[in-house]
Order: sequence, then C-alpha cells, then structure tokens
Amino acid sequence: MQSGGSISLKGLPVRQPPAVNRFFSSTPVSLIIYCFIVGVILYSSFTGAQAMGYNWQWYQIPKYIYSFTDNGFQFGELMLGLWTTITLSFTAFVLALAIGFLVAFLRLSGLFIGTKIAICFLEFVRNVPLLVLVYLFYYVLGPVFKYDRYTASILCLAVYHSALISEILRAAINSVAKGQWEAAKSIGMTKMQTYRYIILPQSIRFMLPPMTGEVVHMVKSSAIVSVIAVAELTTLGQNIISDTYMAFEIWFTIALIYMFVIVILSIGASQVERRYTVIN
Amino acid sequence: MLTESPIIKFQNVDKFYGNFQALTDISIEVHPTERMVICGPSGSGKSTLIRCINGLESHNYGKLIVDGVEIFEGSKDIIRLRQEIGMVFQQFNLFPHLTVLENLTIGPIKVRKISKAEADVTARKYLERVHIPEQAEKYPSELSGGQQQRVAIARSLCMESKILLFDEPTSALDPEMINEVLDVMVELAGTGITMVCVTHEMGFARKVADTMVFMDEGRIIEVAPPDKFFSKPESARCKEFLEQILEH
Ligand SMILES: Nc1ncnc2c1ncn2[C@@H]1O[C@H](COP(=O)(O)OP(=O)(O)O)[C@@H](O)[C@H]1O
Ligand SMILES: [Mg+2]
Repeated sequence: MQSGGSISLKGLPVRQPPAVNRFFSSTPVSLIIYCFIVGVILYSSFTGAQAMGYNWQWYQIPKYIYSFTDNGFQFGELMLGLWTTITLSFTAFVLALAIGFLVAFLRLSGLFIGTKIAICFLEFVRNVPLLVLVYLFYYVLGPVFKYDRYTASILCLAVYHSALISEILRAAINSVAKGQWEAAKSIGMTKMQTYRYIILPQSIRFMLPPMTGEVVHMVKSSAIVSVIAVAELTTLGQNIISDTYMAFEIWFTIALIYMFVIVILSIGASQVERRYTVIN
Repeated sequence: MLTESPIIKFQNVDKFYGNFQALTDISIEVHPTERMVICGPSGSGKSTLIRCINGLESHNYGKLIVDGVEIFEGSKDIIRLRQEIGMVFQQFNLFPHLTVLENLTIGPIKVRKISKAEADVTARKYLERVHIPEQAEKYPSELSGGQQQRVAIARSLCMESKILLFDEPTSALDPEMINEVLDVMVELAGTGITMVCVTHEMGFARKVADTMVFMDEGRIIEVAPPDKFFSKPESARCKEFLEQILEH
C-alpha cells in the first residue's frame, strides 16, 4: 500500500497521546483526583486534631471578621489586621519604588562611585535574611533614629524590596534597544530627557509584569513584621490564639484571607501582563 | 565654492576601542554645503569616523573641530552641538512608542523648546519633503522600511541642522525601497545642506558627491572629486574595492 515515494497524509488523524495520559488529563478525572487529594489533607488534619483531643470552635471565628453590635456593623480584629497589612504593604511598596529607581539610576549612571554604592547596597540587602533585616531596622536603627515599630517595618520592607525592584527597573531599561539612545542623543537630548521621553516610556512594558509580581510578593513578606509585633494580620492572629488557643481555626482562616487577597492581586497582575506583553 | 573655513575638521585623529585602533591619523576637512561620500570595506572605520562628528564616539588623540567647537569626551558643548547635526542610521532608530508626527516634533519641542503648533507645521512640511505627508498619525511599526527611513530623514531635518550625517542609510532596506530613499537624499543634496554620507550606492555618489573618500583599516586612503575617483583612483586597494562593488 505504501509503495510510492511520497505518502499522502491528507485526512489522516494526528497521532493521539496515549490513552492513559488522555484519561488522567480529562477534566472530570482531574477534578476527582484534585478533590481526593484536598479531602485527604483535610481529613488527616481533622482526624489528627481529633486524636490530639482538639476542641474545634469554628463558631467563634466570624466575630473576628465582622460583628453586629448596638453600634451597627463593625469589622473584626482580623479585618483590622488585614487593613494594616494592606496599608503597610502599599506604603512600603511606594517607598521601595522610589528607592529602587534611585538605586537603578545610580547603577546605570556610569559614575564609578554611583555604581559602587548601588552594588554594595544590593549585595548587602540580597545577602542578609529578611528576618535579620527586620531586627536590624527595629532593634538597632530604631533606637538610634528614634522611630516606632510601624516605621521600622515599612523601612525594612521598602529596603528589602527596593533591591528587587531596582533590578527589575535596570533590566527593563536595558531591554530598550541601544539605537534609541543614539537617536535621542543625536537630536540633542540630554540623558535626563532621553530617560524621560524615550527610554522609560518604552521600558514600562518590560517592567510592569514583574512589578505586579512584586506587589504580591510584598503582601506575603509583610507577614514577617509580626516578629516585632506590628499589629498586622499575622500578629493579630497570634494575639487571638494566645488568648483563645484556637490555633487551627485561626491559622486556617488567616491563610485563607492571605490567599483571597493574593489571588485577587494575581488576577489583576495577569490582566496587566496580558495588556502589556504585546509585541509591537 | 569651498573657500569658506571648514565646518568639520579632523586633525590627526586616532580612535581606539580598548587596544584595537579603529581610526589612524585621520585628517580631513568638510566645508559648508559640501557633500562628502565615504566608502570602504566593512570594518574599515566609516561608522566610527562619522559617529565621532556628533560625539556618539569620542576620539582619543588629535583634534576634531565641528562648527567652530572642539569636540572631546565629556564636553558640555556637544549636547548643544548635536542640535546642529542631524544623523540618519542604518537601522532607522525611530521611536516606536511615538507616532510619526511625534517622532518628528519631540526634538524641536523638548530640545529646542519650540511650541507644539509650530513644531507640527515644520514636521508636516518635512514629511511633505520626504513624500509621506499621509503617514503622520501612524506608528513606525506600521510603515515599510523605506518609509521608516524617510521618517528618520525628516526627523533629522526637523532640527533644522546645518550638517546631515548618514551611516549606510539604505543598507538595511529591501532592494525595491532603496531608490525611494536615495531620491529623497538627492533632493536634499540640492538644498545646500552639508552632507557626510557613508554609502556603497555609487550611482548616488556620482550624482551628488563633491568629494569621495575611501577608507581601509581605519585610515583614509584616498580623497578625490568623483570623476577622478571613479575613473582613475590612485591606490590599488581603492581600485580593487571599486571594481568589486561596481561589478554588481
Ligand atoms: N563599540 C565597539 N567596540 C569595539 N570595537 C568596535 C566597536 N565599534 C566598532 N568596532 C570595531 O572597529 C572597527 C571599525 O568599525 P566600524 O566603524 O563600524 O566600521 P564600518 O562602519 O566601516 O564597517 C571594526 O573592526 C569594528 O569591529
Ligand atoms: Mg558601519
């Protein structure tokens, strides 16, 4: 049958992946496997807790989220903590952005001293654990410069993330074609004008996707400031637990709250990403 | 015609990239309204030479004077001087995030501080000059290579420069688009602007050049008016080079 030199493949079905693969990657089967795994985890933590004689008190949880009192609707403690987490992260992010720009421009300045300062800063921040940075900003720099724990947490998070952000900015700025610099120079633009009108507008599409990722990262790493008792979500959770011993319920709830916030941010981030990763 | 003092003057200029010497003992003068065409094999230092004129590269030894100003690395005058020198690149280097009109007006508005209305009028005048007035609102990516290069030429004209530098303006173009760009350049040559042009388009060179320059291995080998340059070049290397490219 296949005697000729060229075989017509017209109308032949494309080779299918093996049946086993098709079975496991079909939607209903995936869903069942997924539910099974989640079920096992939930069940084992539940039975584990039973075995420990854990006293579940889920009914206590809602009042930490919201309550209706004589004064009407009120947010619970965890929501206040979440609010602090959000404002803290936001403030730190804005500050991190400012420092990040400064460091990136120092690094790109071409000035020997500028480059060296920037590299020292980056190496320091990158090679010290975040937890140690927190202690440094609160227990060492705090008393020296007389600021409170809230300021310490903002400064610390801002410095830590500014190192990451400055690298994002630098990479984005370097992604703009070199010819753009030459064209801008040749019409008499200064370095500042070239950045402002030519380079930065073009580098936005390179920096936005990783930058939105940094927002998510910031919210997550903000939990670490609970070690210096800033009243954000994680700290308030710990406080409630030390009053009520409801460790399981509270940690599950807090994890869910973080997840909720971060999933929303991530959806926003991927929207931004989709809009800006157009090749022009 | 060439009696005025030179607008560009190289005196024994050397240029190094690290240990590699890209330009050796360059001495040459360009006079106002002169049209100079530079040719030579790839890697002979043509781009380096032309980029020294507006300070995109800086020379290491010797003296370079452009429009009465001595050029050296870190010179503050260079930024002002660049407003007087338009440059057209092989790869066009248009600003992709700006429309054609904005590409043309951003220099005049931000650098020369001219009003937007006035810059728009000038820009449209030069778009007319390069025969693409209808493309003003488009983005560079929506244009053909030939059109993009003509926009780039219009952009350098908008700065109302005294000198125009071209670095192989047609080398990145598909063959069918080369002529539309060369035609514009020939028209420009008739306007009395000083032109220094690196190109291998010898038909163009014959038509417009006042002076032909041949470079090889970082040196200027031959300088001559075109009729002499093409009919009886003095150096063997230049002759060989011309034979090679005129074959095609
Ligand atoms: N930025 C650079 N760094 C190092 N070497 C360079 C650089 N630019 C050009 N060169 C070298 O200098 C020589 C001349 O280059 P160029 O002026 O671009 O030649 P042309 O334009 O005549 O082809 C080449 O050998 C090239 O490799
Ligand atoms: Mg070249």
